[in-house]
Amino acid sequence: MTLQPKTRWLFAAAIASTVAAGGVFAQATAAKEQFFPVISYRTGPYGPNGTPWANGYVDYLKMINARDGGINGVKITFEECEFGYDTARGVECYERLKSKGPTGATVFQPLSTGVTFALTDKAPTDKIPLITSGYGRADSVDGTVFKWNFPLAGTYWTAADILVQHVGKKEGGLDKLKGKKIALVYHDSPYGKEPIALLQERAKMHGFELLLLPVTHPGVEQKSTWLQVRQQRPDYIFLWGWGVMNSTAIKEAVATGYPREKMYGVWWAGAEPDVVPVGEGAKGYNALAFQAGAGQAAVHQDVLKHVYAKGQGTGKQEDIGQVLYNRGMIHAMLAVEGVRQAQKRFGNKPLTGEQVRWGLENLNLDPAALKRLGMEGFIAPLATNCIDHEGSRKARIHQWDGQKWTYTTDFYEADMQIIKPMITNSAKQYATEKKIEVRDCAKEVS
Amino acid sequence: MLYRENGQFKSTYRADQQVLPIRQDRWFMAAVLVFAFAVVPFIGTQYTFQAILIPFLIYSLAAIGVNLLVGYCGQISLGSAAFMAVGAYAAYNFAVRVPQLNFLVILVLAGLAAAAVGILFGTPSLRIKGLYLAVATLAAQFFLDWTFARVKWFSNYSPSGAVSTTPVSMFGFTFETPAEKYLFVLSVVVVMTLVAKNLVRSHVGRAWMAIRDMDVAAKVIGIRPVHAKLTAFAVSSFFLGIAGALWGFVHLGSWEPAAFNLSQSLRLLFMVIIGGMGSILGSFFGAAFIWLTPLFLNQVPAALGVQLSTATISHIELMIFGSLIVFFLIAEPHGLARLWAIGKEKLRLWPFPH
Repeated sequence: MTLQPKTRWLFAAAIASTVAAGGVFAQATAAKEQFFPVISYRTGPYGPNGTPWANGYVDYLKMINARDGGINGVKITFEECEFGYDTARGVECYERLKSKGPTGATVFQPLSTGVTFALTDKAPTDKIPLITSGYGRADSVDGTVFKWNFPLAGTYWTAADILVQHVGKKEGGLDKLKGKKIALVYHDSPYGKEPIALLQERAKMHGFELLLLPVTHPGVEQKSTWLQVRQQRPDYIFLWGWGVMNSTAIKEAVATGYPREKMYGVWWAGAEPDVVPVGEGAKGYNALAFQAGAGQAAVHQDVLKHVYAKGQGTGKQEDIGQVLYNRGMIHAMLAVEGVRQAQKRFGNKPLTGEQVRWGLENLNLDPAALKRLGMEGFIAPLATNCIDHEGSRKARIHQWDGQKWTYTTDFYEADMQIIKPMITNSAKQYATEKKIEVRDCAKEVS
Repeated sequence: MLYRENGQFKSTYRADQQVLPIRQDRWFMAAVLVFAFAVVPFIGTQYTFQAILIPFLIYSLAAIGVNLLVGYCGQISLGSAAFMAVGAYAAYNFAVRVPQLNFLVILVLAGLAAAAVGILFGTPSLRIKGLYLAVATLAAQFFLDWTFARVKWFSNYSPSGAVSTTPVSMFGFTFETPAEKYLFVLSVVVVMTLVAKNLVRSHVGRAWMAIRDMDVAAKVIGIRPVHAKLTAFAVSSFFLGIAGALWGFVHLGSWEPAAFNLSQSLRLLFMVIIGGMGSILGSFFGAAFIWLTPLFLNQVPAALGVQLSTATISHIELMIFGSLIVFFLIAEPHGLARLWAIGKEKLRLWPFPH
């Protein structure tokens, strides 16, 4: 085929412009997106708790896109993968999402101890950080061994320590705990067993007696446990449950006649789905609030304005500000701020998991930063470094008054004098078992 | 026309007793193996290896184990996942306490440990049968779940009771990439499948089937029920133990006792029932059906561009999956392996059915 000179030019120009436009377009979409995987459970045994968390998480990401146009101009994309709290399916979701987006998955937050364990093994190979904020292995605070794990803003050892401090204060001093009985009613899984080591340490220090009362999964059958409570009459009960186990435990407490005021749940046993099904009986029940309990801060107004007002909301508008919704939001915020911090070093472009890891390790959410985020007074300031992947170890107690959760105390801080050696020992054992080379933080340039 | 054994004459007993007596089957099997060993490692993505193929292969191995016991020997067991747990924890303890052991040795030891426990929990089968035995094996599930959660020695005194494995290595080589892990699991599964296939064709397997079909008649013709039933429990648990060790070390990497709970046992039993009782091939079909169908259903709406919430997709997945199980059981109560066999029969007559 021969073309006239003029036609040939046009043809060439058309091709060139198509290629150029296509190239620019491809680059534009490829260059300005940060992919956030969301592995969640809206179905299955823990669905009622997983749903508000996932709503909060996704709403926050949507809000950042709508309000700021992404993180410093880098748009957030996300995909949800439902795993129904089944570890094998959770791992499948991880594999499905880990290499999506131009730079792969930013960070994973599985919200399940089983999946956390499995991913702790996989994340280092794939170079994707893992935020297990408020759950997971307590010893993963040690960044020299757990380079890719970030139990930001609280572990189970922090939680247990704060609960002991609180009951100590109620008794009028930690020394007054001598001879008292504290029962730990726990989900019989790694999740529930995690605080035992710390509580035993504290029991030795203060001379209180620790009763360990395991409840088998899923926790709908607790008669024998509460029979023991009836016999032993512990002075306090710490409840370490999740999902239906919590409401069942409170119902059993009502049946046993154990005062709800003396029951303290961990932050996974202190949300609306845990107390609402119990009705009046739950009044007076206490729990730890993970950073923030229920309620709204300035950031919620942004979510309402930029997401819900446009009909883009993930859940129901009236559920905003619930405990687990807020937690999802805080978790999303931590991930987003990790990216923002990493952008300061690597530039405002889509970042790889490895780069985001650096950001998470150098987070500094001081009061000014929290004010910018609209979370001033909502959560405690947080700063991480190479050795400390927790960043903040503070929590408050809140109480259910039959209608809503209200704070009854100010922030407590966990005692690192006790926890630090435990973390170091446990992490060291893990490192030898797994043949991990321990990082030397002094040598690393940050 | 293509699939017909006309003209393939066997002149020796050896030729007549091959695993695959028909030439076309041999070619087909060879093609599948060449594809799995030489092509898949190059074309597979990380997702296909880690989320699809490795779990599928390990489940197949476990399903073979259950099939030997339930399908061939007729002893219903609800404790299969517990024997997997024995294998996984045994492997973990050998790896932690004797770090210089080759992983192949660890696998065999894990299998033997599971076999020993299997024999122990198989003894009630000498006195009780059918549903009663199912309940007795359920006890194994609960007891072993309890043991691994409670006895701290098994998890090397880890504070939370969860264990974390060492890297899989042998002869100075460490399996790290998904493709390497896949090839390792595939090799183990192929070897074990060959063992299982030959076992069920031998006098041992025939004794199991005789017990399954009618234990009194089997006794009359000189088969020792004690021996047959206990070997079935031992061999089945051996397979499950190895599958458990692979599940823990290669697939999960670290796990909590709940990784081997009752629902896992039921899942394995369903694989055998849907795949085909008393069929090695059926174990693979069953594992593929139970593990892959939900994943497929889960990803169909997104692939078609239908926007649905993940919760809705998950509900739809369960509904379709459930109805598929019912459909297959009505269409062919003898499982997918039987459908495969019917398909082959039809192929022999094609294109001139009579």
